[in-house]
Amino acid sequence: MTMPAMSMIQALRSAMDVMLERDPNVVVFGEDVGHFGGVFRCTDGLQAKYGKSRVFDTPISEGGIVGAAVGMGAYGLRPVAEIQFADYFYPASDQIVSEAARLRYRSAGDFTAPMTIRMPCGGGIYGGQTHSQSPEALFTHVCGIRTVMPSNPYDAKGLLIASIENDDPVIFLEPKRLYNGPFDGHHDRPIVAWSNHPLGEVPDGHYTVPLESARIFRPGSDVTVLSYGTMVFVSEAAANESGIDAEIIDLRSLWPLDLDTLVDSVKKTRRCVVVHEATRTSGFGAELVALIQEHCFYHLEAPIERVTGWDTPYPHAQEWAYFPSPQRIARSLRRVMEP
Amino acid sequence: MNEEGSLRLHVPEPAGRPGHRTDFSYLHLSAAGAARRPPLNTTALATEDLAYALVRVLDDDGRAVGPWAPDVDATLLIKGIRGMLRTRVFDARMLVAQRQKKISFYMQSLGEEAIGSAHSMALEKGDMCFPTYRQQSLLLARDDAPIVPMMCQLLSNEHDPIKGRQMPVMYSFKKLGFFSVSGNLATQFIQAVGWAMASAIKGDSRIASGWIGDGATAEADFHTALTFAHVYRAPVILNVVNNQWAISSFQYVAGGEQTTFAARGVGCGIASLRVDGNDFLAVYAVSRWAAERARANLGPTLVEWVSYRAGAHSTSDDPSKYRSADDWTYFPLGDPVERLKHHMITRGVWSEEQHAALQKEVEAEVAAAQKEAESYGSLTDGHVFPAPAMFEDVFKEMPAHLRRQRQELGM
Repeated sequence: MTMPAMSMIQALRSAMDVMLERDPNVVVFGEDVGHFGGVFRCTDGLQAKYGKSRVFDTPISEGGIVGAAVGMGAYGLRPVAEIQFADYFYPASDQIVSEAARLRYRSAGDFTAPMTIRMPCGGGIYGGQTHSQSPEALFTHVCGIRTVMPSNPYDAKGLLIASIENDDPVIFLEPKRLYNGPFDGHHDRPIVAWSNHPLGEVPDGHYTVPLESARIFRPGSDVTVLSYGTMVFVSEAAANESGIDAEIIDLRSLWPLDLDTLVDSVKKTRRCVVVHEATRTSGFGAELVALIQEHCFYHLEAPIERVTGWDTPYPHAQEWAYFPSPQRIARSLRRVMEP
Repeated sequence: MNEEGSLRLHVPEPAGRPGHRTDFSYLHLSAAGAARRPPLNTTALATEDLAYALVRVLDDDGRAVGPWAPDVDATLLIKGIRGMLRTRVFDARMLVAQRQKKISFYMQSLGEEAIGSAHSMALEKGDMCFPTYRQQSLLLARDDAPIVPMMCQLLSNEHDPIKGRQMPVMYSFKKLGFFSVSGNLATQFIQAVGWAMASAIKGDSRIASGWIGDGATAEADFHTALTFAHVYRAPVILNVVNNQWAISSFQYVAGGEQTTFAARGVGCGIASLRVDGNDFLAVYAVSRWAAERARANLGPTLVEWVSYRAGAHSTSDDPSKYRSADDWTYFPLGDPVERLKHHMITRGVWSEEQHAALQKEVEAEVAAAQKEAESYGSLTDGHVFPAPAMFEDVFKEMPAHLRRQRQELGM
C-alpha cells in the first residue's frame, strides 16, 4: 500500500472510492455531489467511476436526503449522504433524531438504518452564521447515533470507512477549515498544506480508524487538553507557544467516546482544559467537564477550564474575535498551571 | 373592525358541527363507473381529471360497474370480506380491552377497513408498506395475520415483538412487509420513497407503498416524498387516506378546501387518482394498477382514498365535541363491509347466513387469540420485558456508557 500525501478532501474521497468499490450496497448522494463532485469536491469523479445510480444529485431537501437514506438503509443499502453544510441539517432533524437514531430501538432490531451523514462544519472561512456552525452537541445529545469528527486526512479516511462499515447511523462532521491543511488558528500566517504534515500521508487502500478511540495527539505531562477537529491544531500551537507541556487528546469519536483515554490522561496530568469551537453553554464541553469531574475529581489540582466559541451566532466580520485563538487557549493553560 | 376592503383571515370550518349535521356535498362524488381508466403509461398531466373525480366501482345496487371493475373470483372476495371483518372485530375487542385497562391506548380503523385489506391483496411478497398507525387492516387481511403478536404488542407483554419499546399500535413486522410505525407523522412517506429508490438502485422488482393521512400531508415530508418520487421515478405507491378528520381538525385545515389531495400529485408530476376508499373493488383495482405501474418502471402513483374516520381518533379522543355524533350514518360512501357484502350477495357468491357464520368465526378467532395473548401477561400485571432490556438496541453493540448506566439502574 503506497502512502501518497492527501488533503482531507482527497482522503475523504478516497474513503468513499474504496467503499463504493468494495461494497455494492454503498451509495453516495447529496446536493451537487454527482456530476459536479460536491461544492468542496469531496465526491469529484465518483459518479463517472461508479455510475449515476450509485452517486447522484438530490433535490435541495435535507429532510428528504436523510428520510430517503432511512428507507435505503432499511432496504439494505449503506447510504453515505452529504449535507452541504452542517448549518443546513436542521430540516433533517426529525429524520435524524426521531427516525434514523431510533429505528433499531423502536422496532427491537426488526428494522435498522445504517447510514453515514457527512457534513462540513466549523468556521475560519468567513462563512458567517450559516456556513460556520459546529452543531456536534445537538447530535451527542441524541441516543442511537454516533458522532465523529476527524482532524486530519489519515483519520478522516480511516474514520469514514469505519463509519460506513458501522451498523449504526453516524454523523460525520468534517472541519472544513482543515480540508486543505492543518490550521493552527494564526489566520494571518501563510496557509500550510497537508503535503507537509505526517498526518497527510494516507494509504491508498482500505484501512479503518476504530470508532470510540481517541488519539493522544501530543503527549505531555502538565495538563490534558480535550479537543477535536480544528481546535486540536490550535491547541497544539497554544501549547508550543506557551511552553506548557500539554497532553492534547483528539477525541475523534465524540459519542460514544473513548472515556478511558481521557480519564487516564487527566489522572496523569491532574489538570484539564476543554477546547471546542462551538458555543459554550450546553456545548459538548459541558459533558466532558462533567465526565472528568465524575471520574477524576480527587486527582484534580485546578478547576477545569473551557475555551470555546462565545454564546453568540457565528459572526462574519468579527470571526477572529469569536474563533478560540491560540492566545485564549494559552491563557487557560497558564491559569490551570497556577499553583 | 372588518371594514369593506380591509383584509380578513380565512380560517376553514367543517361542513358540520355537533348538533348540526354535516353537508357532505363538499365531497363532489362521481357516479360509480363514471371515472375512466387511463393506460398504465399515462402521463401525470393526463390524470388531472381523475385527481378531482372519484374512481368508484360498486354502485348503490351492489353491482360492479365501469372500466375499473376488476375481474376477481369469489375466493378473493371472501378473503376480502374476511379481512375487513377481522379488522373490525379486532378493533372492537381491543377498544374494550383498553376500557378494561388491559392496554393503555388504542386506535381503531372503523370505516376504513377496505383500504388496507384490498391494498394488501394487491401487493406481492417482498413489497414493503410504510404505514401510519391506522393501517392495521394491511396486516389483519393477510392469511398469516399476526393476530397474537399484534395483541402482545398492544399489551406490551413478554411476547411483545418490539419488547415494550413503543405505545400500542406502533407495530413492526418486517417479514410481513410492514415497516415500523413511528408515531410522529409523515416521516415514513419519504422513507417509503427511499426504500423504493433502493429497490431500483439494486435492480430488484420490489415496490414500496407509503401511507399518510389527510392531516399529515401538511408536513414537509409529504411534499419531499412527492418530489423525490417524481425526480427518481421511484417504484412507490403514495397513499393518502383522507378520512376527513385529523383529531379535531377537518381536512380543510390541512388544505383540502376547494381542491383535493390527489391534485397535489399532479402538480408534482405524479399520476394521481382520487378513489372511493370504502369501495373494496375500487381499492383493489386501483392498487393493482398502481403496483403494476411501479413494477413496470413507470414510476410513482399517488392515490387519495376518500373515506371517513367513523370512530374516535384514538381512545384519548371524544369526537362528539367537534362533529355530529351520527355523522357516519350519513356519509355518502357508506360502510365498506356492508357494501362488499351487498355486492357478493348480489353476485350470488355470498348469503346473510354465510356472512353471519363468518362473523362468528372471526369473533372466535380473535377471542382465542386474545386469550392466548393475555396469557403472556400485560403492562398492568407487570409481565413486561425486564427493565435492563431498555438499554439494548440503542446501538448494535452496547457502548460502555450504557453498560455503566444499566449497572447504575441496579437490576
